[in-house]
Amino acid sequence: MSTAPTTQTAVAPPRSFARRVWDSDVFFSFRRSPVTIVAALMTLVLVMSALLAPWIAPYDPFNPASLNLMDGFTPPMSTSMTGNYFLLGSDHQGRDVLSTILYGSRVSLFVGGSATLFAIVLGVALGLTAGYRGGLTDAVIMRIADIQLSFPAILIALLIFGIARGLIPPSRHESMAVWVLIVAIGLSNWAQFARTVRGATMVERQKDYVSAARIMGVNPLRILLRHILPNVLGPVLVIGTIGLALAIIEEATLSFLGVGVPPTQPSLGTLIRIGQQFLFSGEWWILFFPAVTLVLLALAVNLLGDWLRDALNPRLR
Amino acid sequence: MIAFILRRLLQSFIVMLVVALISFMLFRYVGDPVASLVGQDARIHEIEALRQRLGLNDPFYIQFARFIGNALQGEFGISYRLQQPVTELILSRLPATVELAFASALIALVFGVVLGVFTALKPKSAASAVIMSLSLIGVSLPTFLIGIGLIYVFAVELQWLPSFGRGQVVDLGSWRTGLLTESGRRSLILPAITLSLFQLTLIMRLVRAEMLEVLRQDYIRFARARGLSKRAINFGHALKNTMVPVITITGLQLGSVIAFSIVTETVFQWPGVGSLFINSVQVVDVPVMAAYLMFIAFIFVVINLTVDILYYAVDPRLRVHGIGAGK
Repeated sequence: MSTAPTTQTAVAPPRSFARRVWDSDVFFSFRRSPVTIVAALMTLVLVMSALLAPWIAPYDPFNPASLNLMDGFTPPMSTSMTGNYFLLGSDHQGRDVLSTILYGSRVSLFVGGSATLFAIVLGVALGLTAGYRGGLTDAVIMRIADIQLSFPAILIALLIFGIARGLIPPSRHESMAVWVLIVAIGLSNWAQFARTVRGATMVERQKDYVSAARIMGVNPLRILLRHILPNVLGPVLVIGTIGLALAIIEEATLSFLGVGVPPTQPSLGTLIRIGQQFLFSGEWWILFFPAVTLVLLALAVNLLGDWLRDALNPRLR
Repeated sequence: MIAFILRRLLQSFIVMLVVALISFMLFRYVGDPVASLVGQDARIHEIEALRQRLGLNDPFYIQFARFIGNALQGEFGISYRLQQPVTELILSRLPATVELAFASALIALVFGVVLGVFTALKPKSAASAVIMSLSLIGVSLPTFLIGIGLIYVFAVELQWLPSFGRGQVVDLGSWRTGLLTESGRRSLILPAITLSLFQLTLIMRLVRAEMLEVLRQDYIRFARARGLSKRAINFGHALKNTMVPVITITGLQLGSVIAFSIVTETVFQWPGVGSLFINSVQVVDVPVMAAYLMFIAFIFVVINLTVDILYYAVDPRLRVHGIGAGK
């Protein structure tokens, strides 16, 4: 939007930041798409309620002192024998389902977000290096990425999880589980970022501004980080958003399989795993509400990613 | 052609070698193989003698070569958890997974192509719109939730189909099949549908996109002008030409089917290789993990190679342009 100033803008007061955001192309396409607005609101609500879980959750589901087994299996929107009210029902241990979901989405979002961030940092770094250096470095990094991309992410994450389990002493499994999970999911997703960034870097490095910087004797690291990186970040943002949705689902799948976060720190996937046990005895709410939350979360983030892809893609304009 | 195949073979060989290296390192350095063999009160010199006898003090490359030699003979050691030879374990679980994977691939292919052709031929009908939006939901739902949903509807509420296991199985020599009994076939339905849904939507959207593309081509218009029947045009000319990418994607996805079967097998307690792997990861049963890794990599490599060669055979244009055109 940095067009040559016309006479009108020269006399008018400078537009505020909010005004510039409101008028920008990206935000314009946002305003025009009701689906995106709903998705953004949904994401906002889910993320905020996860962040604020300790303050807005009606019960503390992980404090054994506040749990009462007499509260177990209370159906949604009813009061238990001990007089506690459960909006979404309670599980077999008498934990409030709504509260476990709030805390659970916190774990899901934290693991998914950290894993995606890790994948982005690793993928972008390797992609920049491969694209800028070329030659053997490029060949090695990209072959590894190719091989990895031909295997499903979930398989690779499982494998890394298994290896880490073997290397870490059993006494520390529980405390390390979340970090192992983040590394496993992150390592299983970096290749996509590396491939995209490498392609974009190879285009950018041919351009005059990079040659100019190189002739001026700018340090290669500085060229990569200050000159090239900002120009290749657009697609990373798009893949990153969709990658976040995938990472959340991947984490849920791993936790559902029983190789994710420990039961003392349940994520949405763990809650679904627990709820599955009560499917046959009719306590559907223990499974249903965490499942719906997971689907809504993944769907909303996915829709945001789709919109971002269309909004940032100049070819579609 | 020969150069192309040779190059692909070499690539596959390198991939297998790398995977074997990872497997070997897993085998050798994750957990101490000796500690799992000797008892609690073994003496140090006994342990040392065992290390010597097992060749664990040999140089790295000799151990690696021995590992590959054993792997080529299908020898992966003994499962820590089940105390059985790993190869035997995997082979005994394999039929369940293969039957599940093929049943779901069949479902995905048949329904994917039929629905894809339908939505391409009648893009404006209400049914197409419904199918397309359903497919979007199918893609965004995690596999395990689809499985649980199906269990809830068909096993818990309607009680039509069993929710877990393989039902009654029949031994055919070393192959234990569930396809020959009523309960075995009924048990296969829900897991196969669960596993197929993702591939189904993928194939359907692919067939639809390709069909729409092909139907716009001049030779289709020419076929219409010649007065060929609708059926001859749609199926003889159009569908035939959409098949190349469909074969590729279906083939490449067969590997993902096997990987996703880990999830499906867990949901339905299906006694296949996938659930064996999950149980091994949980207790760090390294020999099984290493063998499974080699096994999956081998399947992927074979599939990729086959698809490449099939591609070459199906699409004559690749042969004219030579090797560089394909990849």
